[in-house]
Amino acid sequence: MSRPAFSLGKDLVGLEDLSAEQIRSILDTAEPFKEVSERRIKKVPVLRGKTIVNLFMEPSTRTRISFEFAEKRLSADTVNIGATESSVVKGETLVDTARNLEAMRIDMVVIRHGSSGAAGFLADRIPSNVVNAGDGSHEHPTQALLDLLTIRDKLERIEGLKVCIVGDILHSRVARSNIFGLLKLGAEVGVCGPMTLLPLGIDALGVKVFRRVEEAIEWADVLNVLRLQLERMKGGFVPSLREYNRVYGVSTRRLEKAPRDLLVLHPGPMNRGVEIDSDVADGPQSVILKQVTNGVAVRMAVLYLLAGGVPEKAEAAKTGGGVE
Amino acid sequence: MAEVQPVTLMDERAVERALARMAREIVERNEGVDDLVLLGIQRRGVELADRIRKSIEAEEGERILSGALDITLYRDDLATIGPRPVVGESNLPIEGVDDRTVVVVDDVLFTGRTIRAAMNELMDWGRPARILLCVLVDRGGRELPIQPDIVGRAVAILPHQRVDVRVPEVDGHLAVELAATRPEVA
Repeated sequence: MSRPAFSLGKDLVGLEDLSAEQIRSILDTAEPFKEVSERRIKKVPVLRGKTIVNLFMEPSTRTRISFEFAEKRLSADTVNIGATESSVVKGETLVDTARNLEAMRIDMVVIRHGSSGAAGFLADRIPSNVVNAGDGSHEHPTQALLDLLTIRDKLERIEGLKVCIVGDILHSRVARSNIFGLLKLGAEVGVCGPMTLLPLGIDALGVKVFRRVEEAIEWADVLNVLRLQLERMKGGFVPSLREYNRVYGVSTRRLEKAPRDLLVLHPGPMNRGVEIDSDVADGPQSVILKQVTNGVAVRMAVLYLLAGGVPEKAEAAKTGGGVE
Repeated sequence: MAEVQPVTLMDERAVERALARMAREIVERNEGVDDLVLLGIQRRGVELADRIRKSIEAEEGERILSGALDITLYRDDLATIGPRPVVGESNLPIEGVDDRTVVVVDDVLFTGRTIRAAMNELMDWGRPARILLCVLVDRGGRELPIQPDIVGRAVAILPHQRVDVRVPEVDGHLAVELAATRPEVA
């Protein structure tokens, strides 16, 4: 009677590793989970008795809270560990931290880490499920999944849409995950930003490059506006925030010139008046808060699918995993 | 296990007659249609509940609250089965289930585990005044102390046999069939 959903395997490290079917399966699974958050008792017993550790080695509010809500609404027990309160400051390695947690019999680790590849590294070394909540400038798969879900909700498809990611593409794991996900689901992807913030050879991924935000707006159906990380200014990537806003800021004045109504996404936290103007962020084309709501549903779907797991793989990691 | 041709236990007319009688029984049990909510269990229970609802509405001339329950997230075997089953949508009437008579409609009643899951889900939605269980086929073989209130037909079959309810929306036709699989030969 119940047909199985596509298995995700043991871990979710990035969208680069997933097939279009697997991505669609996550988005489809997220649909019924939206409803759980609308209930009076916002809880289903799916992960009852499972212990999840949120290992956040980098500051994060939205993603951590979103994961925590998702976990709690699935009835899991959760523990949060931040960089400052962990033994990392005492010199413990990531693998040792994880092994110590495993010795306390945990089932899943949600990891945010400053180093690219940290999630995959951990996934290969521990039998628990590992979910990447952002690793360096590598990937942030659940953010891209919630972006995809929000676009699909509003425009009822992904295939054939033109989606432009605006801002700091160079340092952005959100951009990378979005590019992989969008291309796999058949969208056209553009990127737009100052040359200093576009990685060399980005067009090799199959994306269009726009130098001017006006051209991007003219081309796109959807704009995904990324946060300009303020520390980039110190790195000399942009001359000043004011100049960035003048040249790349998404404003009503610029959107009005678009040939069609654009959908505007932003993964947060926003710098109002830098990459996005307040009247756009709060305007009718913005789906920024919808993204936040969908984030919980998408993360519930991912946790649900991963907890089904691939037991053999977990077993293999336990016995054959490398020692660092 | 070799599949042999299914045997029709109830044809379209027989199912329709059973559903019409079940609809009347529901109204009789509830002494009218006040505070009545019909909830079908995904997938075929939803279609059966819809037929029962139309039958009651035609008879009583009043709109009946109805909805769908997906019990996947409440299954007791989630931790043991392999890949995750696809989750369907639960749609409850916005009026809620509090203080109402909720009729849970399913196609086949077997172990009772689905109904246990459905009741748990319902309790997370609110506090119904009463829950009634309405099934088209009761095939026996209960593993939990759960019994139906309204039954289309009770059949006594062997554990290895399977009863399938067919509905037009999913299967193209309306019937109850016995999919007789031969016992495994060692």
